Amino acid sequence: MTLDRKVFAGVTALALAGGVAPFLPAYPLTLLTQAVIVAVFAMSLDVLLGYTGLPSLGHAAYFGIAAYAVGILSTEHQVGLAGCLGAGLLLATATAALFGLLAIRATGTYFLMITLALGMVVWGLAFRWVSMTKGDNGIAGVPRPELGLPWSLSAPLPFFYFALVVAALAWAAMGVLVRSPFGLGLRGIRESESRMRALGYSVWLHKYLAFVISGFFAGVAGVLWAYYNGFVGPVDVQLVTSVETLLMVALGGPGTLAGPALGATLIVFLKNFVSVYTKRWLLILGAVYIGVILWAPRGVLGAFRRDAR
Amino acid sequence: MPADDWALELRDVSKAFGGLRAVDGVALAVRPGERRALIGPNGAGKTTLFNLISGELPVTTGTIALFGQDVTRAAAHRRAALGLARTFQITNLFPSLTVLENCLLAVQGLSPVKLAMHRPLTRYPRQEARARAALDEVALGDRAGATVKQLSHGEQRQLEIALALAGSPRLLLLDEPTAGLSPGESKTMAELVKRLDPAITVLLIEHDMDIALEIVRHVTVLHYGRVIADGTRDEVRASPLVREIYLGA
Repeated sequence: MTLDRKVFAGVTALALAGGVAPFLPAYPLTLLTQAVIVAVFAMSLDVLLGYTGLPSLGHAAYFGIAAYAVGILSTEHQVGLAGCLGAGLLLATATAALFGLLAIRATGTYFLMITLALGMVVWGLAFRWVSMTKGDNGIAGVPRPELGLPWSLSAPLPFFYFALVVAALAWAAMGVLVRSPFGLGLRGIRESESRMRALGYSVWLHKYLAFVISGFFAGVAGVLWAYYNGFVGPVDVQLVTSVETLLMVALGGPGTLAGPALGATLIVFLKNFVSVYTKRWLLILGAVYIGVILWAPRGVLGAFRRDAR
Repeated sequence: MPADDWALELRDVSKAFGGLRAVDGVALAVRPGERRALIGPNGAGKTTLFNLISGELPVTTGTIALFGQDVTRAAAHRRAALGLARTFQITNLFPSLTVLENCLLAVQGLSPVKLAMHRPLTRYPRQEARARAALDEVALGDRAGATVKQLSHGEQRQLEIALALAGSPRLLLLDEPTAGLSPGESKTMAELVKRLDPAITVLLIEHDMDIALEIVRHVTVLHYGRVIADGTRDEVRASPLVREIYLGA
């Protein structure tokens, strides 16, 4: 597909979601909002996994830290949207900048293990630093922000549109990023680091910047999530959240931004519908994942996409 | 000749892998514009020596200077910035990217554009023009839209050269450019190397003695990591030691 057609398809999907939203019953609308937010999270991981070839297993850390920042500031200190957004993004980015220093030295499975360990550190803090995070109880009653608009974001529909606009902006920004000269460099690193070094690239710097940027966009999703859910807890930073996001990227098609968005939507709906019937939802997710690896190793989008000629 | 006039100067360079000295006390000095071949039997340490020069591997002992500048401890990308480019014996490209994207990566590698992330690639027509010119130079212009996977082996070898040339290098390391090519393709490749700008210094590893001697005048022979002969092609050809261990005569 050419670039113009991709942009067209993306805008159509967003317009479609925006168009059907007013006619949806409450529960599907809630799920759609959730899908839009999680899509941003999955796309941020794809910048690392699909484009740069770095499989992070600790991505929930940046998502969760931004969510916690919003939760704590808005409940304990009554900080508004601008303050929460700024603090959430700054903390997520700063954490990624710190963790990147430790993780980027490693590659492959070792990178995976280090990001996993760092993610567990954040989970441990969320769970044990009770005075700050309220531990297992989590932070409840996160108020929706006031934008000074005629519509209150406490209502599901205005909040959906708020999330959709933020997600569209994040998608556009990441879309430009992966198509920029820098983004081409990331794909080059995915394919051959030694050749990139020989061509004059500081591979470390490229990877590090990708890591930090990816953390930033995970933070965007985390801020939205805290407002959407009204609750922030250790479950948001736990390993299962990171793994689920990794599956969304793999399911939808790594190395495309639309793929992870699609994967996120599928998994959010599947999870919520299936879990009505069974508690063994993760078993079904596992089966879906194995199916994808066996029959569509490049994800749902990858399966429909032929190599460009 | 003063030291800083050499394009490349190695002093007593060694590389040990555990107990094995793959490169053992090599001294080598190459003048700007020179065409030099590095030959030797399998396992002589030729590719290891290239990896030391390009910075892919650190030296165990010794010093390496590029254009008079000590780069012994410099990272590979810093050496590339000084004008060093290389090709790989085992084709080392970006397989799922298009031929043009491969070349764009090479063109922007030495320019600050490589860190630009606020505009799509299509907004950099100058880079694209340079990439297309580099492709035309190796007669791959009409394959720009194909992915590397779709290229024949011969075309991939040509692209290897195109990537190395795209950054306008001053010193070019060619690691068996004719590896796996048919005799006809090898000849085309030899012509290509001979046609290169005479200002570019070329260090060439070549298994095929006839091809090597066609391209260069000066030959260095490596055996078990040591330089055993160094001179014009006729001198090397005449050396009884080289005949014995390399030509097997």
